[in-house]
Amino acid sequence: MSAVELHGVRKSFGSEEVLHGIDLEVGEHEVVCLIGASGSGKSTLLRCVNLLEPIDEGRILVGGEEVSAPGVDADRVRRGIGIVFQAFNLFPHMTVLRNVTLAPREVLKSPRAEAESQALELLGRFGLADRAGDYPDRLSGGQQQRVAIVRALAMRPQLMLLDEVTSALDPELVGEVLNVVRELAAGGMTMLIATHEMGFAREIASRVCFLDGGVILEQGPPEQIFSAPQEARTQQFLQRIVDAGRL
Amino acid sequence: MARRRRAGPGVRAPGNRSSRILGGGGAGRSTLIAAVSTLVFFGILAYLVTSSPGWPEVRRSFFDGEVFGEALRDIAPRLLLNIKIFLIAEVFILVFGLGIALLRSLPGSVLFPFRLLAIAYTDFFRGVPTILVIYLFGFGVPALGLSGVPSSPFFWGVASLVLVYSAYVSEVYRAGIESVHPSQEAAARSLGLSRVKSLRFVVVPQAVRRVIPPLLNDFIGLQKDTALVALIGPVEAFRQSQIEVASKFDYTPYFATALMFVALTIPMARFTDWLAARQRRRMR
Repeated sequence: MSAVELHGVRKSFGSEEVLHGIDLEVGEHEVVCLIGASGSGKSTLLRCVNLLEPIDEGRILVGGEEVSAPGVDADRVRRGIGIVFQAFNLFPHMTVLRNVTLAPREVLKSPRAEAESQALELLGRFGLADRAGDYPDRLSGGQQQRVAIVRALAMRPQLMLLDEVTSALDPELVGEVLNVVRELAAGGMTMLIATHEMGFAREIASRVCFLDGGVILEQGPPEQIFSAPQEARTQQFLQRIVDAGRL
Repeated sequence: MARRRRAGPGVRAPGNRSSRILGGGGAGRSTLIAAVSTLVFFGILAYLVTSSPGWPEVRRSFFDGEVFGEALRDIAPRLLLNIKIFLIAEVFILVFGLGIALLRSLPGSVLFPFRLLAIAYTDFFRGVPTILVIYLFGFGVPALGLSGVPSSPFFWGVASLVLVYSAYVSEVYRAGIESVHPSQEAAARSLGLSRVKSLRFVVVPQAVRRVIPPLLNDFIGLQKDTALVALIGPVEAFRQSQIEVASKFDYTPYFATALMFVALTIPMARFTDWLAARQRRRMR
């Protein structure tokens, strides 16, 4: 059984169709990287999987359950899916610890002591133990993004969606966040990652999908996509990345 | 020292960060200029007023020292009723205002009637003069003679203020709720929190923090509008001053009452300034 399946997913914003029929399967423990230009639909695809955006056509299955069916409790589905956003989106009025424990306590009804000890353990694992009492604006971008990842992990998700998690970071802070993602991959976490970090995608992905104009134009193992892309559009896109010195 | 320097406008900071009240420029020189200009300005103003033809008469009937002392003694206890009115009203206004704001920000077409109701409510009570609301409820509802409905003017006076000010305050809350970026709610929902819990833990707490200064501004308005309740009976400070004026043929009690209301609102006004300045500092 696949962790995620998309069949013929279409999504429009107003008159503009952003996803033109997406078919995609992500197996358990697989790390799939979505690459492509800005506006190609990567973020929208992730938001659709998490039911933050309703789809217009097609079906989405998570863990075998059709979550795009009418009447499905979106809150329950989202519990099992962690998403991390480009802009961190931490809650600025809460301490780091409260950010991480909010959902376990209010959604899973974990007792406070249990939620906090679990949160502190996760924070400790990613080098954030001493920041538990701080408010997010006291943290660097890299630290904030690591907290956002921990916040998602605290719900013990079966699937993580990462939406360009390093795009808002200063270059010297990118590494610390990518290390966290590496660790998750090594731990067998199933992940769907939208990214502009081609070197990272090449290293971490079990499969790379090139999105162009709302469809998956080409997909395959990273060596094939990055070394011998078949489609002209993929070649052009990667050539621009190479020209920019980013690969 | 460092703290005071960061205090921002409205607070007299020593050193080169001069305050907004004193204007810009070097500290010593600008203080001197400000002092001289203030003296000259108020000197001219005082001269113009006291040299006016009616001044001796006005001084006798508005600023009589003896009457002023008596008036303060008689009216000050009545001010307690004003304080009681606004303290009770504020609690209800904070709750109702938030309720209406939340009704108005409900999503979905099924809930349209509730949104419509909230919009109609705010439109109506912001449009009707407060004094009319007090008359209509203070005289109208008790006249219906319904059993179980209070008929005390105090009750209806407070209720009218709650109705009017809840409309204003709900708009303040709504502006706050809308100022919280949608990505905050998306983050909360993505963790599995329901819409209600997202509002309760993530959106509303941030919204309320942002609107505290404008909220307190509305409450300053409420404090002085408590005088309007006098029109349907309760003898609060303003009503008492009317009684004094009528018995002494002297307007000094009005002046005394005005000063008392100002004294009542100044702490709130300075507190609001302080909160706003602190918020600016935090936002950096």
